[in-house]
Amino acid sequence: MSIDLKTVKHISKLSRISLDEEKAKKLETDLNSIFKWIEQLNELKTENIEPLSSIVETKLRLRKDEIKSKNIREEILKNSPDENKDFFVVPKVVE
Amino acid sequence: MSNIIDLSLSELVSNIKNKKISSNEATSAYVERSKKSKNLNTYNEETFETALKKANEFDSKPDFNKKLPGVPIAVKDLFCTKNIKTTASSKILNNFIPTYESTVTQNLWNDGSILLGKLNCDEFAMGSSNETSYFGNVTSPIDKDLVPGGSSGGSASALAAKLTPATIGTDTGGSIRQPASFTGTVGLKPTYGSCSRYGIVAFASSLDQAGPMTRNVKDSALLLEVMSSFDNKDSTSVDFKRPMYSKDLSKDIKGKKIGIPKEYRVDGMSEEIEKLWEDGKKYLKDCGAEIIDISLPHTKFALPTYYIVAPAEASSNLARYDGVKYGFRTEGDNLIDMYEKTRSAGFGDEVKRRIMIGTYVLSSGYYDAYYLKAQKVRRLIKNDFSNVFQKVDAILTPSTPSSAFKIGEKSNDPVSMYLNDIFTVPVNLAGLPGISIPAGLDKKGYPLGLQIIGKSFDEQNILNIAYSMEDKINFKFNLKEWWMNE
Repeated sequence: MSIDLKTVKHISKLSRISLDEEKAKKLETDLNSIFKWIEQLNELKTENIEPLSSIVETKLRLRKDEIKSKNIREEILKNSPDENKDFFVVPKVVE
Repeated sequence: MSNIIDLSLSELVSNIKNKKISSNEATSAYVERSKKSKNLNTYNEETFETALKKANEFDSKPDFNKKLPGVPIAVKDLFCTKNIKTTASSKILNNFIPTYESTVTQNLWNDGSILLGKLNCDEFAMGSSNETSYFGNVTSPIDKDLVPGGSSGGSASALAAKLTPATIGTDTGGSIRQPASFTGTVGLKPTYGSCSRYGIVAFASSLDQAGPMTRNVKDSALLLEVMSSFDNKDSTSVDFKRPMYSKDLSKDIKGKKIGIPKEYRVDGMSEEIEKLWEDGKKYLKDCGAEIIDISLPHTKFALPTYYIVAPAEASSNLARYDGVKYGFRTEGDNLIDMYEKTRSAGFGDEVKRRIMIGTYVLSSGYYDAYYLKAQKVRRLIKNDFSNVFQKVDAILTPSTPSSAFKIGEKSNDPVSMYLNDIFTVPVNLAGLPGISIPAGLDKKGYPLGLQIIGKSFDEQNILNIAYSMEDKINFKFNLKEWWMNE
């Protein structure tokens, strides 16, 4: 199965990464060579195999939902690109 | 007494404890040498002034009960350090100052260690040559044209060039063991769940582990002892009784059964690697271990499996970099446009490639064919190891299929770059511990490593095996200091 340019552009949309035409074409080549190599997994029959999502296959621990850090809102907001002491700022989304 | 920078971590610790060397003397020695070694491009961020201040504080009120008393150490720039810039070598995190400390680095500071600086790596730890860093590639001290390996390339280079007595890296598919092998140093990837992932910039959460990178096996045992802890802040941290790895280190491996997997004898493997492996077997026999041929039948499927699982997890983990919460943003016409432009400008090519692979394999219509399939094959790979570990105590393999390659040699061919991790990736997929130790030189005079893989949480055993082999191998590399500025 090959990945065409249209698919590359669709994945770039889903990934929220804009691509120019040249980059998209380069990625088409790269992704096709990578997936051609990945396809060898189809040699294996895996119908009755249980998927493994984590090596630590135990139940997750429960803990009390408590605030342990002190108020560090200002320090956290300092990392934001837009200077605002109270909120993260994004471009306008509602007219 | 020999030069401070020539001492191993353990030797430095005992000299400080015996009051023969002060923390200031040790820290100054490493700061001076690091300042003269800019050509290697190992540091993303230097904290030399603070380090010297902390060294003086230590000397004025020393606590010699600590395991790393006043010992300076540089760490991979993937560990969040409170109030000190942490970038993961990415443009998108170029202004990020964490408000918290990673558990692993906190463990180092709690035991008396002092931060020298943050070391270059592949962007978000995605790479095998340290060429994907936004801050430029790192050069290996072994030779000026060589990559140090990756992704912990800055760590390996700084360690081999003696800019730090030891260091820590992270390993998702070989990122500690491969650069250790390329630079003639020791690198240990612990069992998944041994070292906390809290505060480490996430790449592939089901595979990532932090581990020590050191000049010898004893140092790795000591550093692992400090790094490893149970941590409530990491939901996959495992609560087990952690041994005193350095205290319990022993060269008695008599009667240990060591497996040699036939599938690791890959097509086109060089005679040098064959010989290295044969020599390794001989050393083990000399130590009284028993060599047993084994089979890990799904080995060849490990890399393709990894290149589904790791990008899938990465695409999800890296969704948080959206131009809102971290420093870098490219303005756009609207919110979505801002996201797309920020991520396009903020991520490098390899990171974009992996996000795209991950997004594709998780997307509607392809999830079962790729992601679910890979998870199933991952179980087969893990079962391979479980089966052989009923018969053997550890496994011996080469660490990499070749010695270090040249800068630029593989950067245009992603698959050939990925193949570099052929011997290290299966260990991450199965969550096992693995250690790479320097074992010889190839014809060009470049280091080669051997890997010992152990059962889950059996780090003591692979450390002991490595410790016994280290003696027999007696690895020597004549480091020419070509990169130094006077």
